[in-house]
Amino acid sequence: MPIHDQSYRRYGGAKAALGRSWTVIAKAGIMNMIRKRSFMGLLLFAWFPFVIRAVQIYFASNYVQVEALMAPDAKMFRDFLEQQDFFVFVMTIYVGAGLIANDRRANALQIYLSKPLLRSEYIAGKAAVLFTFIMLVTWLPAILLLILQVVFKGSFEFMRANLFLFPAITVGALLQALVATFTMLALSSLSKSSRYVGILYAGIIFFTAAIYGAMVAITGSTSLSWLSVGSNVTQVVDVIFRQAPRYSTPWQVSLIVVLGLVALAISVLERRVRGVEIVT
Amino acid sequence: MADTPAPAVVSDPVVHLDNVTVIYGKNQALKGVSAKFARGAVGLLGPNGAGKSTMLKALLGFVKPSAGRMTVLGLDVAASPLEIRSRIGYMPENDAHIPGMNAVSFVGYCGQLAGLPPVDAMQRAHEVLYYVGLGEARYRNIETYSTGMKQRIKLAQALVHDPDLLFLDEPTNGMDPKGRDEMLELIRDLGHNKNVNLILSSHLLPDVEFTCDHIIVMDKGNIVAQGPIEELKGPAGRVFELRIKGNLPEFIELLRGRGLECHSTDQDVMRVFVPAGRDQREIFQLATTHGAQVRHLRPSVPTLEDVFAKAVGDD
Repeated sequence: MPIHDQSYRRYGGAKAALGRSWTVIAKAGIMNMIRKRSFMGLLLFAWFPFVIRAVQIYFASNYVQVEALMAPDAKMFRDFLEQQDFFVFVMTIYVGAGLIANDRRANALQIYLSKPLLRSEYIAGKAAVLFTFIMLVTWLPAILLLILQVVFKGSFEFMRANLFLFPAITVGALLQALVATFTMLALSSLSKSSRYVGILYAGIIFFTAAIYGAMVAITGSTSLSWLSVGSNVTQVVDVIFRQAPRYSTPWQVSLIVVLGLVALAISVLERRVRGVEIVT
Repeated sequence: MADTPAPAVVSDPVVHLDNVTVIYGKNQALKGVSAKFARGAVGLLGPNGAGKSTMLKALLGFVKPSAGRMTVLGLDVAASPLEIRSRIGYMPENDAHIPGMNAVSFVGYCGQLAGLPPVDAMQRAHEVLYYVGLGEARYRNIETYSTGMKQRIKLAQALVHDPDLLFLDEPTNGMDPKGRDEMLELIRDLGHNKNVNLILSSHLLPDVEFTCDHIIVMDKGNIVAQGPIEELKGPAGRVFELRIKGNLPEFIELLRGRGLECHSTDQDVMRVFVPAGRDQREIFQLATTHGAQVRHLRPSVPTLEDVFAKAVGDD
């Protein structure tokens, strides 16, 4: 090669094994979010309930009078996860709306899928971004509260009495995260506008809740709670935490609706995430 | 033990299509196409809608053929799509980038997606961005780039992982004359000096003629001509520029009826192909017998335009 012509060289180094590209997508997506100040503000705000609960656990562990009023129990952890629903909703819209929609707007799908990665890897990478942040405001603080309880109390008594709490927190948070992640990704794949996707997601959550609310007002029964996306998740998570279900709908029905929603979302993603859009 | 592909021989085609059919709804975009793309730079020529982009998308695995078999670099497209895509680079026709990134992040990211370690990907990103002429603008957000710069960044992302084969779909679209020349120089350099095999899909004959050694001409989902450009052009001195006074359409039909291929260019000048073993004086005889006057008859150098017109017709 002439000394003046060293601008393009062949690459002689090693390449990663196939099947790991989803981690590159996930890492890039997470870093992209973390760089945004507004997002970091939201993340900090989402941890505020954790601080309140931590203070509650501290006082309940150290002062008998307070313990009598607000001793931690399984319901407290369930309530904490339910409080985080608001942040899950906001974060799902903030993080998830543009995950695929922005790529569709910039025709990036054909760039991604011309690289050695499967469509499922692309979806897994995008899902990992939203999933990670949702777990960061649900599972992680809930587990930390569990640990704080042991630390503040100085005994494993509560843990031993509530051994199911660790798997319950994990499964409950997983369910919340999976439903939100797949629903949002499916909606994001339907449009090129992240704003429209955000509005659509909020619309679905509020509209189904409103329909259910209207049915409660008409029938006076909660047996139609399966109409509301949020109520189905709530019903199943109640059962996971060994709490009495709050709606008349059998929890199995709610679970089927939730799983059906995830299956529908995966089916939409399978159809929409393609290297080329074929209009016939 | 898994089957391993036999090592590639220099004369092996880089891409092989065997009776490939692609159907979009009721429209047959590729109609039983069979072709072999030689090593080096191959031009995929054809008018808009000929099926060039569809062929590239089928080779990338974006669309599944309803019939036929395709191999790229000796690997079956249906069986080894990921292995193929790790060895090819694709520059799409339309504007495409990953939003919210500057050029060097974007190209480095594409390198990582293709399997390069992060440090190598970033180093290669800087190198290829300099190579395509975006060195000074590599920290700018891609969304602020001009059309020409976006074309270059698409080439950079296709090159970053050092592919053995490049698919370039209309790479000079929307570029100004200077930018177009520079892009063509880059493509020519890749194909002729850097040992990168490439397939250049274009409807612009000068682009293909400048950068490629072989061509495959497509029309309406079929392959109508293929081979080395020089071979397809044929020997010099068999093509003539002709201008007559008289009924031009009628005279063209007359020439074609006598086995002399011809096509009109601009105004009243046409190009006539005189097959080997025939004499150009036949044109004078025909003109005399049909009351037309030959005003101009001059031997010409065969061009790619002649090959294209012969294969596709005046349509």
